[in-house]
This record gives sequence, C-alpha cells and structure tokens, in this order.
Amino acid sequence: MALSHVATTSRSQLLKPLTIISSSLRHPISTDTTPITVETSVPFTGHKCEPPSRTVETNPQELLTFFKDMALMRRMEIAADSLYKAKLIRGFCHLYDGQEAVAVGMEAALTKKDCIITAYRDHCIFLGRGGTLLESFAELMGRKDGCSRGKGGSMHFYKKEGGFYGGHGIVGAQVPLGCGLAFAQKYSKDENVTFALYGDGAANQGQLFEALNMAALWDLPAILVCENNHYGMGTAEWRAAKSPAYYKRGDYVPGLKVDGMDALAVKQACKFAKEHALKNGPIVNFSPVDTLETTLVELLEMDTYRYHGHSMSDPGSTYRTRDEISGVRQERDPIERIRKLILAHDLATEKELKDIEKEFRKDVDEAIAAAKESPMPDPSELFTNIYVKDCGLEVYGVDRKEVKTMLP
Amino acid sequence: MAAIFQGIGTTASLSTSNSFDSKRFQFPSRRSYLSERKGNLFVMRSEGRIIGGSKGRGTSPLVTSAVASKAESSSTSTASKPGHELLLFEALREGLEEEMIRDPTVCVMGEDVGHYGGSYKVTKGLAEKYGDLRVLDTPIAENSFTGMAIGAAMTGLRPVVEGMNMGFLLLAFNQISNNCGMLHYTSGGQFKIPVVIRGPGGVGRQLGAEHSQRLESYFQSIPGIQMVACSTPYNAKGLMKAAIRSENPVILFEHVLLYNLKERIPDEEYVLSLEEAEMVRPGEHVTILTYSRMRYHVMQAAKTLVNKGYDPEVIDIRSLKPFDLYTIGNSVKKTHRVLIVEECMRTGGIGASLTAAINENFHDYLDAPIVCLSSQDVPTPYAGTLEEWTVVQPAQIVTAVEQLCR
Repeated sequence: MALSHVATTSRSQLLKPLTIISSSLRHPISTDTTPITVETSVPFTGHKCEPPSRTVETNPQELLTFFKDMALMRRMEIAADSLYKAKLIRGFCHLYDGQEAVAVGMEAALTKKDCIITAYRDHCIFLGRGGTLLESFAELMGRKDGCSRGKGGSMHFYKKEGGFYGGHGIVGAQVPLGCGLAFAQKYSKDENVTFALYGDGAANQGQLFEALNMAALWDLPAILVCENNHYGMGTAEWRAAKSPAYYKRGDYVPGLKVDGMDALAVKQACKFAKEHALKNGPIVNFSPVDTLETTLVELLEMDTYRYHGHSMSDPGSTYRTRDEISGVRQERDPIERIRKLILAHDLATEKELKDIEKEFRKDVDEAIAAAKESPMPDPSELFTNIYVKDCGLEVYGVDRKEVKTMLP
Repeated sequence: MAAIFQGIGTTASLSTSNSFDSKRFQFPSRRSYLSERKGNLFVMRSEGRIIGGSKGRGTSPLVTSAVASKAESSSTSTASKPGHELLLFEALREGLEEEMIRDPTVCVMGEDVGHYGGSYKVTKGLAEKYGDLRVLDTPIAENSFTGMAIGAAMTGLRPVVEGMNMGFLLLAFNQISNNCGMLHYTSGGQFKIPVVIRGPGGVGRQLGAEHSQRLESYFQSIPGIQMVACSTPYNAKGLMKAAIRSENPVILFEHVLLYNLKERIPDEEYVLSLEEAEMVRPGEHVTILTYSRMRYHVMQAAKTLVNKGYDPEVIDIRSLKPFDLYTIGNSVKKTHRVLIVEECMRTGGIGASLTAAINENFHDYLDAPIVCLSSQDVPTPYAGTLEEWTVVQPAQIVTAVEQLCR
C-alpha cells in the first residue's frame, strides 16, 4: 500500500505498541526508577475487605509513561471524534476520553498474560494492550489493516497476543465471557487473572450476577471492574439502580471503590485485586468453596467520567449540565493530575510535556493518513472467517456474477 | 432461507439460475468422500478430513459409510468385527469420553452433568473419573454459563455445553448468536470458538409446551455456527466426536425420545463428517428428507409404502446447517420428487429453508412441487391425543407420498 509519504521512522513508531514509543523519545527521566511515594486523591473504600493503603509507590519512569499513554489515548479519541464528524467513521463510536486513567492504571498492574475483556468503549484499552494507532484507525474506518480486518468496527477491537478479548456490543454479555476466560486460566493453572470490565449500565444485568455467582463459587481468578461513569447512556445511575454502590453489589464478594480518575489509585487497586485473586497459589484440587467468608473474586468500582456523550450520536449534554462536565475536567482530569505530579516532582518541564503532546498529535495524524491509505477489504473477505476452515464450498454473491469465491 | 449459502446471509438470490450444470454432478462412490473435492458451483462438499490421523495418533480409519444399521435390520454396518451394542445416550457418552481422553482441553459444563450424572445420563460417571472442574455442575444460569464456555473457548479450551433441554438455551440466545457465532468473524479470525452446544429437544411424551421446543429453526440463521442432528447411536457417537474436534461452534441436536434406542456400533474409533447426510434407504420413486425422530416415523411409513408398491428413498439429512445439497441433489436428480418430513414448525423451520434451497438449485429436476410435512404452528399441548396431532405421523407420510407419486 502507498505509504511513501510517511517517513519510515514515524511509520515504525506508528506500528510500535504504546510503551515503546516512550523510550524512543529518549528523555533522560524516562529510565529513572527511583521510587516516589504519592498519596491517592481519596482513600479507598472497601466492602468485606481491608482496603489497600492510600500510599502508592511509583517512579519517574512510570509517571511519565502514564502521562504519555494517557495523552496518546486522549489524542486518539479526539481525532476519532473529528473523523466521525467527517463521516469517515460510521455507525457507533463510543469514546473513552476522561476515563483513560482506568486503562492505564490497569495496564500498569497487569502483564500481557492476564486477560482483559470489556464492552464497546474499547479503543484505549486496545491501545494499552499493545494495539497500534494504525490498527485502531484502520479498523474504525473499516479498512483492511484494522485489527479485525475491517470486519469488526469500533465495538470489536481484539488483540489475541496482548490478551485483549474485546470489544463487545451487547451490554453485559462480556462478563460471562470474562468468567470463561478466568475459568480457562484456572483450568490450565497458569497463575494469571482476568479483568472483566463493564459499565454502570451493565451493572443491572442479570448475567452479571449469574457470572459473579459462578466465579465466586468456583474461585475463578476473575476481577469484575465496574467503570462507573455515572450515566448509562442517557440515564443517570441514581435513576437506574436502586443501589448505586456498585462495589457492594457483590454481597459476599469483596469490593473496592476506587477513584477512577487517578491512575495511581487504579494501579494500586488492580494490583491489590490481582494479588487477592491469586492468593491461594496454584490450585491443586478443585472443590467449590463451601464457606461464604472466603472468595477470591473481587469487584472493583472505578469512579470515573466520560467527557463525550455515550456515543457520537449523543451530544452528552441533554442529561447533564455543561458545568458538570467542565467541572470534572477542571478538578479531576486524569492527565492533568499526572501532569501536576510530574511538574511538582520536577521530573520534566512544562515545555517538555507540551512537546510530547505535540509529538503525539503528529503521530496520530500520521496514523490517520496511513489508515486512510489502507484499502477497503476485498469483497472476498465477506465470506472469510465465518467458519474456521470453511467447509470448502463455493459461494455466490447476490446476483451470481459479481462475487464468486471458494470459502477457504 | 439462506442456510446453504454460507456467508451470503439474508440476500441469497431467489432468482432461478440456469447456471447449474447437471453434467458436473456425479454420483460418488462411498470412498470418494475421503478425497479433496474441488467445489463445483454451490455443491456442498465435505472436506473428507482424515481426522483420525491428524493429531499423529496413528491412523484410525475414517469410517465414512454412513448407512444406518438398526438393531433389527440385517447388518449393513461397516464394522468388520461384531462391535458392541449400546443405547444412544451411552453412545454419546462413549464419544464424549473418548474425546476427553484424547484431548485434555475438552470439558463439559451444564446443569446436573457432574454428580447427578446428567438428566439423561449422558455424562454419567464422568465426574468421578475426570473431576469436578472438567465435568462442571453449573448453577441454573444458561446465559452466563454458555457465555463462560464461549469465553473459555476463546482461550483454547473445548467446552461441551449441555442444555438440559434445548428450550432452555433460548435464554442463552444472545451468547450463542452474538458471541459464539460471530466472534470469529468480528475479530478478523483472531479467535476461534470450538464449543459444542448439545441437548435434547423435540416433542416428547406430554412434556408440555415449553419443554417440547425445536430450536433448530431459531438457530439456523445464525452465521458462523454449524448444526447437526443425531438420530441413531451410530451417528450420535460419530457426530459428537466430530463436533468436539471441529474448530467451529457446533450445535448438536438430540431428541428426548431417542435416548433409549439400541444399536450395535463398531468397536473401532470412527468420526463422522459434520456436513454429510445419511442414506437410510435407497429408492427410486421419491426422496424423503428427514432428520432426528421423524426418521423413525418415515421408516415406519416406508414399510407401508413398500407394501403398497412404492420405493421411497429415505435420507437422514443430519447436517441442518449447512445442508448436504450434494447427496440431496443426487437423490433429487434420480427420483424427481421430494417430500420433507420434519418435526420443526411449518413457519420458518428447517423444512422451509430446505424447500427453498432445493427449489433454487434443483428446480429443473423436480416433477412435482416439494411437499413439506412439519409440525403444526402451535405450542405443543399437554393432552396426548392433541400432542400426537401436532407432529407428523406415519399415516400422513404415506398419504403424502401417494399424492406426490400420482
């Protein structure tokens, strides 16, 4: 494909997963790992468990990585907004800006062997799991180079190598899948965990409680994370849920309420949850836990906020005031918090951070340009990946003339 | 309506096409199923996978001759040794257990499959042998345990989900349709879902409306899944094994009233093809297509028909999605008359799709319109006499054949 106008170095940057971009900028602080202790914005609230400490250990490299990752995610989402308005992205587009701290903090606590599964607001988590900008934009625009070959769209980003299982359109349906991932982890005894994300709207789904029951019953290494942005599409949480204390909804399952706009708090909570889920070590004999007191499952509630509406077709201002949105942006913005931390600890100058953001703006623009160059999928792709090793039959398109192919 | 055209979806062309070239159709010898076939037009060809040898376990012969051998009839079984006799649910269990021994990633989940042994005894004894994790007793939460199985399959396990009754799987429809069927496609091929969903369905003995459902009609439009229906112990075991080994999600439809059928099956290992139909009784006058329990009603009617001088060809289509249009087409070419006998409802059932498929592809070969006998479009009543009238009875089949062959 014609990418000649894109310089090779930046093209290789586009294809590199997120964390490598940070080291390639060669900032002197980015390898500094001297520990810094920071207090989270608010203490954790625990339900049936002892919450972790407010004091988080971090280091300059991590803080800078957080900043960069979140800035890139923010840039990507804003760019997706413009692309949607330019009608290059069609259908549904659910943007994650405002909630970046959850994605970034979770990544910091996990490895690529752990699994993450989420709903349709998945662009940034995909990036965190190792997805590239080109794959994202190409998929959003329905091009061949997308992560799902253009056949999934905004709601179906997956990255098998990165342990990212999607990307699901039906609210709440990903939670039983997440418990299935955890089941497989337990079955293969591989000491990894699954984070199943869902929203405050999905928290009222029955299948969530069914899955929670099974996960708790069989001690599956599953952590259910409610990304509570307080609005289920247009319905505020207090209008949809009798008990908006989502972290308590697990009843016998320990829960933790976390400030989802503070990446360090998220990281601390996820580390805590992962340790809790693996506490019993390698599972030798399987027997359902017969006491109510101990369960390995955790329920995390991330108190977060989305600046955009539910999706691109929702202005986001009919059910909440603009003051509220700008208030959160001023007080609790995740990127600003990390920026202030970096400046307060003298880890970089304001100008350096601005330069990083400019650099990312350029990267995103280049990725979009490359994605626009990427061709649409071949018509034969209509019939691929329906079955694995499709049964060897010949199929026709509608009029028997245009498309004629052998299913592979 | 588009069950045969894999991937075309709802826009399968309904125009009569003259591009069908009859010369390319050859009646295959049985052995030829094993060879790789180049597809001609829209012929359903199975790949003839040599499944036994593919995992390097040594070459167990793929027994593909799918002639039914009922216990009473004279032996047309392919087994060179006498084989062993068992009931259908035992055959399912045998197939399942052989696969569990062969592949440690095969696991079972469902309600009461473990300690209770399965409500139809299909998984009896397995939990003691393989443990509670591999034969998992789930709570009554079809939606989520089906979802769980699909999630586990995404990482490489091969779960076999048992719906205690197929009707309960309606609660898991979202998971089956959106996640099971479509994930391979929407992820651009990254994930495969080698899950088997099985369970008894069909009209039983006065089980009531909600427990007598035929879900094959509801599931047939879901892209990405395969559906098979077993009818004899021989094909039950073979299809179970094939379904487990398949990389695609397979829904295996069993029937509540067929679990106690007894048959002698071969001792050696065999795996049947998921996309092939079974020739039950070759004939000349009319092609009768059927599956699952209706096969026995048809065979009963066949006895009467033979006495009256007719020679029906009976094919158990077995593969409900995709249809084995190759076998069916050859038969239509020979007899020129088709009768479909099914237990699905008339509206939107398997028969409806099959009628459309045969009409589209083999219109020139039909001497009479296709007759489709299906169950009435009613909830199955409790009263015995009413229930009898809901499903197709042998007498109606005889009448239909007589009318068709006039």
